[in-house]
Amino acid sequence: MFFYLLKRLALVIPIALSVTVVCFSLVYIAPGDPLSTILPSDASIELIATLKKEYGLDKPIPVQYAMWLSRAVQGDLGTSIATGRPVNAELGRAIFNTLILALFGSLIGFSLGLAFGTIAGYRQGTWIDKSVTALAVTGVSVPHYWLGMVLVIVFSVYYNVLPAMGAGPSGDWMWDAEHLKYVVLPAITISVIPTAIVTRTVRALVADILGREFVTALRARGLTDRGVFWHVVKNAAPTSLAVMGVQLGYLMGGSILVETVFSWPGSGFLLNTAIFQRDIPLLQGTILALALFFVGLNLIVDLVQTALDPRIRRA
Amino acid sequence: MYRSFLLQRALSALAAALLLTAASAGAQTTLRIGMTAADVPATTSQPDSGFEGNRFTGLTLFDALTMWDLSSAEKPSVVIPGLAESWAVDAKDKTKWVFKLRKGVKFHDGSAFNADAAIFNFEKVLDKSKPHYDARLVAQTLPRMPTLKGATKIDDYTIAVETSEPDAFLPFNLTNLFMASPAAWAKAKSWTEFAKAPVGSGPWKFVRLVPRERLELEKNVGYWNKNRVPKTDRMVLMPMPEPNTRVAALLSGQVDWIEAPPSDAIPQLRSKGYQITSNPYPHTWPWQLNVAPGSPFADKRVRQALQLAVDREGLRRLLGFNAVAAKGVVFEGHPWFGKPKFDVKYDPVTAKKLLAEAGYGPGKPLKFKVQISASGSGQMQPIAMNEYIQQQLKEIGVDVEFDVIVWETLFNNWRLGAKDPAARGAQAINVSFAWQDPFFGFARFYDSRMVAPRSVNWGWIQDPEMDKLVAKARGSFDAKARDIALSKLHERAVEESYFLFWVHDVGPRALSPKVKGFVQAKNWFQDFSTVSMQ
Repeated sequence: MFFYLLKRLALVIPIALSVTVVCFSLVYIAPGDPLSTILPSDASIELIATLKKEYGLDKPIPVQYAMWLSRAVQGDLGTSIATGRPVNAELGRAIFNTLILALFGSLIGFSLGLAFGTIAGYRQGTWIDKSVTALAVTGVSVPHYWLGMVLVIVFSVYYNVLPAMGAGPSGDWMWDAEHLKYVVLPAITISVIPTAIVTRTVRALVADILGREFVTALRARGLTDRGVFWHVVKNAAPTSLAVMGVQLGYLMGGSILVETVFSWPGSGFLLNTAIFQRDIPLLQGTILALALFFVGLNLIVDLVQTALDPRIRRA
Repeated sequence: MYRSFLLQRALSALAAALLLTAASAGAQTTLRIGMTAADVPATTSQPDSGFEGNRFTGLTLFDALTMWDLSSAEKPSVVIPGLAESWAVDAKDKTKWVFKLRKGVKFHDGSAFNADAAIFNFEKVLDKSKPHYDARLVAQTLPRMPTLKGATKIDDYTIAVETSEPDAFLPFNLTNLFMASPAAWAKAKSWTEFAKAPVGSGPWKFVRLVPRERLELEKNVGYWNKNRVPKTDRMVLMPMPEPNTRVAALLSGQVDWIEAPPSDAIPQLRSKGYQITSNPYPHTWPWQLNVAPGSPFADKRVRQALQLAVDREGLRRLLGFNAVAAKGVVFEGHPWFGKPKFDVKYDPVTAKKLLAEAGYGPGKPLKFKVQISASGSGQMQPIAMNEYIQQQLKEIGVDVEFDVIVWETLFNNWRLGAKDPAARGAQAINVSFAWQDPFFGFARFYDSRMVAPRSVNWGWIQDPEMDKLVAKARGSFDAKARDIALSKLHERAVEESYFLFWVHDVGPRALSPKVKGFVQAKNWFQDFSTVSMQ
């Protein structure tokens, strides 16, 4: 286990480096001017050239990359061209807001997904199974953007019981009922896909495990349903965790669409703004942070899976 | 006994009513606005996010030496004194102006506005040797005042401003240079820190900024213009780039005012009692043509033919009538409109005739490409509008192809000009623009020197007559003479049709019934001081 951990940690370094190269170079592949975020439409080419020099954007791209990387490893992701604020500060606040959304989204998505999937797996072939499957397919198919707007129309406009946008009445998050009202609609919206995917995955796993010979053997030995259930959970856990881990990563990435519809100031909203503003330092910093988060999350999921499943350890 | 009981009840009711009145009189009123910007515009004193930035974090927190008159919905908005009470150009050397500054004005931090403060603000965009010079502020400012060279102090309330060439447009340009408090900058030591607690002299004072979420302002009761002390106590500005989110926020009562509601939401908002305000303002949505030799638009007959080929009323219908049919750069009735000999209207018969004279017809159809964007500030509904025009031109045998690109890239290509490979063979480009400043509306397009890399004469207009008219307008320092010169310039612009003029936006806004007193000026900017909340 220890050597497995070492091996996985060693792999993280080249993966992270590759991520930095991709993050850095992607923004240069897209057409347009990197200073368009601060330049009005009628800025002359001469002014642009002067400003490129001021911002160090006139240097060769490999040199810019080296300078950026050397700062990034020290935790300095640079300064937003659009706002002049440190990227770290912008990102920190955005990630915190997305974490809140991801927390509630995953609470809803994973608990509903586990519950529905398990019930459907145990009731395979019945109308319950079919209904849950239909719900899951709908959940995965329905566009976020549309669902978010429908929820707003119903709960904010028609019934006026929940706010339509924002992360709170004052801009500073607090763990109170007034602020929690703001997270309800975006959390439900963002949880729909993870709910559907976890439901389908758990349903398939549970149905498969229940059909295995060892379960028949366990029942033949007189194990109660509760006992069998525990074995089903243990066997379904590694794959379910892997799927939930990926979904958590997706939630943490912040849905650009959901956060834009609800003006939720998370990492998706930030990424959206950075893309349209072509705010290169902010874009690079945000993509890097989110990509490294995925790398870290995958590592944790692998380690947890290994801890839970001895077969992976032996392999 | 019964009488004394009744008297008791009456007195209690009166006391309760008085208490309620006192309470509501003491309650603060707040105006909450949903902006189209994705972030709160920069509060450094030179806002970003285009003119929406100037509207919300320029003219609210700060003043400029010259300002726009935003008091009327009927008259065109003109430049009036701001922190400068008067100005005049030196009769002997027209590159020098003398500005007399307003006395008794204080910044929000109590420091005085005077010549030193004014010079400080010129230096922030002109003098690289100064610590308060900042590249970001330069980027937002200098393109709007291309001939500004420097400023010097004459006495405590008089400064001299110098331009690189005689330029009568300077007072217009200076509406974009906002005056920040040097004392506040000295404490902050950088514009990034200054932006966290900006200090100007404007009708609104800074209260709180939550980046990307909200900007809270309170009224400046000591504002130097007593007619413009805000009637609302507080104003909260929230970025909401998604149009449907803005509508939902208004309908659910989270905001009291939204910018640019989508046209299809307007009937619903009206039916629910919301106020929809609009007014033509100095905005034009055109196609800018490549008129360089070799382009089909080098022939004036072709340009005029297309000008006549589109039913602009149909375009207005498409936009829910939230637009005005364009007959030139400026709208009819503006002092710069003049009396063009060529009438921009829908006349497909004459359009076909002109095309035939130019050698185009069924045997040799006119085909060309236009670069357009899918979205963008001021671009209205570019895909739907362009497709409508494409269909209309098809009816007279003209084939139009679109090269649809991202708005920021379109900007970039605009600067590079029609001859650059970035144009990808396009003979026209669709970029809307503001024209409330004569440099913005005319000089940067029609002056032959303003080709890339200098400015946005994208289509390579090289018209000596136009150059003379631009020079004359630029050299007319008397306001009336300048307006006449600009009207002559406009007449030629319409007759030559270097641009195809389609529509002007009317800047629709949706307001809660509680919002009273708003006067929507014919301007990109608006005055929030007159607004009160019921």
